[in-house]
Amino acid sequence: MQVPILKQGAYLIATVQSALTDEDLKQLRDALVGQVSKVRARGVIVDVTALDVIDSYATRTLRDVAHMIRLRGAETVIVGIQPEVAFSMVKLGLTLEGVATSLDLEEGLSYLNRKGNGSDHEVRTHR
Amino acid sequence: MRFALIADEVRVSIDCDADIVSARQKGRALASQSGFPSTDLAVIATAISELARNIVRYAVRGEVVVRLVDNNGKRGIEVVAADAGPGIPDIGLAMQDGYSTSGGLGLGLPGTRRLMDEFEITSDFGKGTTVTVRRWKR
Amino acid sequence: MNNNEDLATMTEVRLETTASRLRELVSHLRQQRAQLREEWARLITENKLLTAMTKDEIFAEATSVYDNYVEALETGTYEALQAYARNLSERIIPRGVETHEVVGIVLLLRDVLARSLFAKYREDFNKMDRILDAYEPAANRIAATVAVGFVQERERIIREQQEAIRELSTPVLQVRERLLILPIIGVIDPQRARQLTEQLLRGIRTNRAKVVVLDITGVPYIDSPVANHLVQTVEAARLLGATVIVTGLSPEIAQTLVNIGVDLGKMNTVGDLQGGIEEAERLLGYKVVPTQEPAAHPA
Repeated sequence: MQVPILKQGAYLIATVQSALTDEDLKQLRDALVGQVSKVRARGVIVDVTALDVIDSYATRTLRDVAHMIRLRGAETVIVGIQPEVAFSMVKLGLTLEGVATSLDLEEGLSYLNRKGNGSDHEVRTHR
Repeated sequence: MRFALIADEVRVSIDCDADIVSARQKGRALASQSGFPSTDLAVIATAISELARNIVRYAVRGEVVVRLVDNNGKRGIEVVAADAGPGIPDIGLAMQDGYSTSGGLGLGLPGTRRLMDEFEITSDFGKGTTVTVRRWKR
Repeated sequence: MNNNEDLATMTEVRLETTASRLRELVSHLRQQRAQLREEWARLITENKLLTAMTKDEIFAEATSVYDNYVEALETGTYEALQAYARNLSERIIPRGVETHEVVGIVLLLRDVLARSLFAKYREDFNKMDRILDAYEPAANRIAATVAVGFVQERERIIREQQEAIRELSTPVLQVRERLLILPIIGVIDPQRARQLTEQLLRGIRTNRAKVVVLDITGVPYIDSPVANHLVQTVEAARLLGATVIVTGLSPEIAQTLVNIGVDLGKMNTVGDLQGGIEEAERLLGYKVVPTQEPAAHPA
């Protein structure tokens, strides 16, 4: 199950369409990390609106994605977590701590834009 | 007016990755038929996912059975995840909350227990493991 | 050893004959369907039961119940009957049909059928005895199944209504764009806690809220499980991209949270609702600016 990844300006947007097996999740992670380097993306949005379950493996993989992408100098936002899914995750003890989350695509882009302005400033001062 | 008996049980044999998704989707469908609200559906599907994954990761092969249960009018759903794998040598240890906010390693059993109302586990070292969980309709 | 074998054989024979008696019984009830059903419907009206329904409706339902009744007798399984009983209840409860009416009509049917058996096997007391042996336990079970089905359905409806009332008592207020306020008053039991979470999360989604002020000034105390639930709700809200500010935390509740291991420093709390709203506005980038000097009030 290929998750389509689109480029929008300096960002990559991966929109999950249906349930993902563990293997699909791994492929998504590798694809995103690969693409980020290739196109020098500054931010990545993973839209999980279509996921009706986010379990421990999915959570771990999403954290890995965020971590690996940060190592490549980009920010990740997970958007579209459904209320019931959020509740189950929290009950299971998964909080996606350290990973940015937003309500939907629009909010995610807004977040990255704000973040982007901040980090641009940081880069400038380092020079 | 005759009513066709709706299926009240679903069995999924767990062999591989894709079966985890299959088990939780079928289990979810059964719970949905029985009138569980959407929050419960997500919780039940997540629990099934965790249990099925354990089978794939540690026992290679097993089965998940999801069935509707009735306790004196209180309706609920029961998930039995059974395998003939190596078994859990120390259940007490496995049930400890090793869940860090990193999403945790290990079997995810304490988390699964938090999701459901009832939780039973039997495991014979070398023979296999059976986890039974239930969630009742509020 | 021999005694056990005899006992086993006897039991087998008895079970077999019960089955064959039920079959005989069922075929009789099917043959007599038209008359017995009519008689039953007549008795229902005579006894002033199901007054909320018309004669036609009573007849239609009588037909369904009769058929399901006989089928339950025949198959010995009650799932279909249970399902029917719930479905029937769902339809007649809003019409104002009461429990005693449902119990009444099922018992009437049991009597109508029993009397028809008396009539048929009048000549052969032994046979009648054995037929009743088979009929009575099954008939009683059917009566119980239908009655219980009805009562369960009633209870379900009452629960739904209570849920609706609870929802009304916890309004979700949108006071600014992206800002929701949830004022909670009274004791929070586990059910209310669950409902709160659902309303909060749904509210975030519907209103696209970025900040939620959860005011618990009016909550005297909460126990550990509910406190836990509250913390989980705050975490779940973050997954939806929203920040929750808890206001009106009493010292007692603060203690409960600390006791269950919550780091209050990590939780966004403000003393009172007003302060919470101001903090929320600050987070959202609002600035409150007076447009002019407030007018002097007339004496």
